[in-house]
Amino acid sequence: MFDIDRWREIFQSIGKNKLRTFLGAFTVALGIFIFTVLFGMGNGLKNQFEEFFMDDATNAIFIYAGRTSKPYGGFKENRRIIFKNEDLALIEKEYGDKIEYISPRIYKNVNVRYKNEAGSYNATAVMPDHQFLEKTIITKGRYINNDDIKNKRRYAVIGRLVEEDIYRNEEAVGTFVNLNGMAYMVIGVFEDAGGDNEERRIYLPVSTTQLIYKNTDEIDQINLTYQLEIGIPGARKLVSDITRTLKEKHSVARDDQSGIRVRSVFENVEANMQFANVLQLIVLFIGIGTLFAGAIGIGNIMVFVVKERTKELGIRKALGATPKSIVWLILQESIFITSLAGYIGLLIAVLVLSRIGNSLQDYFIKEPQVNMSTVITATIILVVVGAIAGFIPAKRAASIKPIVALGED
Amino acid sequence: MIKLIDLHKSYPMGKDFLHVLKGINLEINEGEFVSIMGSSGSGKSTLLNILGLLDTHDKGEYFLNDLKIEKLDEKKAAMLRNKFLGFVFQSFNLISYKTAVENVSLPLYYKGVNRKDRQKLAMDYLDKVGLVDWANHLPSELSGGQKQRVAIARALVTQPKLILADEPTGALDSVTGEQVMEILRGIHADGMTILVITHEEDIAEQTERIVRLKDGLITSDEKVKKVVLNS
Repeated sequence: MFDIDRWREIFQSIGKNKLRTFLGAFTVALGIFIFTVLFGMGNGLKNQFEEFFMDDATNAIFIYAGRTSKPYGGFKENRRIIFKNEDLALIEKEYGDKIEYISPRIYKNVNVRYKNEAGSYNATAVMPDHQFLEKTIITKGRYINNDDIKNKRRYAVIGRLVEEDIYRNEEAVGTFVNLNGMAYMVIGVFEDAGGDNEERRIYLPVSTTQLIYKNTDEIDQINLTYQLEIGIPGARKLVSDITRTLKEKHSVARDDQSGIRVRSVFENVEANMQFANVLQLIVLFIGIGTLFAGAIGIGNIMVFVVKERTKELGIRKALGATPKSIVWLILQESIFITSLAGYIGLLIAVLVLSRIGNSLQDYFIKEPQVNMSTVITATIILVVVGAIAGFIPAKRAASIKPIVALGED
Repeated sequence: MIKLIDLHKSYPMGKDFLHVLKGINLEINEGEFVSIMGSSGSGKSTLLNILGLLDTHDKGEYFLNDLKIEKLDEKKAAMLRNKFLGFVFQSFNLISYKTAVENVSLPLYYKGVNRKDRQKLAMDYLDKVGLVDWANHLPSELSGGQKQRVAIARALVTQPKLILADEPTGALDSVTGEQVMEILRGIHADGMTILVITHEEDIAEQTERIVRLKDGLITSDEKVKKVVLNS
């Protein structure tokens, strides 16, 4: 297959026709460049979307209590629903086998003081499972455990930025911090991929908080994740079951949307990933369109090349060139130019994408890049495109009768 | 070498057919130096194209080197052209971006000769036409006569059985044309069969046999005195 003489012929032809070679190569390089950059940008957009929704576990379900909007079961409307520990226990009892992690939440604003530093922060009272619900990453010490809950310990787990702001360079774990006038022992420091606001949070044991603030068993919110094995349909059923159970318990009308609200991340994630996928598809479509424009461009140039070389090809035939050798001469040149130019376009595009990096994150594009398989696919597409672009003109060139070709001037 | 029996050829012209060759009977033996004379429209170019396997005939029989030419596909025709025939055209038909020696070696490439032998053979034949010093020049750097000599070297390089020359002096002045004819005579003296198409009487007279063509038919076929080399 490797015919050194044909390559010599091709390099000679390329060398003698620099302008048209350059134009053809430029078209293809530009096509591939745009295709790759667009594809990379699409990936960047998807990366950013994924980050947005991956902070919370994708199988998370949030249950809120609000005010009723309808009179029901002898109660007036606008009645305030308050969750208690028994609601949590009810859900655990009824649906425990479908639940992976579950934790209540109580929100408090706390004034934090340590030595001379002070600040106002959000505290959330939780159970140990909450660490997995929120994907909290413990960097020092430990998270709240069941023993802390049982013994209602005055322990606190503080965010990285709280430590930074209040403790400066001091080690926080093991010290006592003042929260709303009460001393708590710091047992851990955490990080969170969800951003700065998440890292300005303080976690407390739920039982301690209930005891200190008014000694109630009220909770603000229930978070849980479902067992992934039950799938999206199972999750939908679980959400509606929990909603029904809680509504019955609190005498809330079934069609009351504000008394008890259940929000699930999986619906959001699905919708948003679909959105990102559609965007990616559009980008891909535009990219392929550009690639085809490039292919048509090189096809055009090859048609012109064949026209220009008609007489030469006629001479070659008179001297004994077979149609096959003519087809390969044109085809190989076309594939060679397309592959080389495409590869250059690809390289430049990859370079540009890596230069962009995260500088476009304000426009929701994070780490735009193409992976190896895309690069390989694009290369294959290139060779195929080059072959198609060259084949039709080459076939035409081969079918030219030598007398017709020789008659041309 | 060549045998034509009642050869016909017509071209479609709109709804009608233009009958160009109306039954040609011709026999050319090995070593002959023949000219085919005729004015334009006499069918001489068509005859040359058919003899050169650049075109096909409609009716009749054509034997080239005892091989009956019929139902020739492009590949076979290309092979036979390469093996048996050498062309010399009025407009030289050199490839503009190839040097003289590259032009001469091109038929050898299609014959499958390796590069080293190609180069050597091409230089040998350039030497025969006196152009060794011009081997690495492009056609655009050569005079008309030099170009035609390169074309002759290219026609000879595959050692064909028959040289077909289509108005070889048509684009040249009389002095240069004379030089080209002398080269052809020299080749003939070495035993090559040559067929020249021309409309010029004094060119035809330099060959050994003149076949006159008019309106697609041979009107006369006469032997001329044996050509003697001038030099």
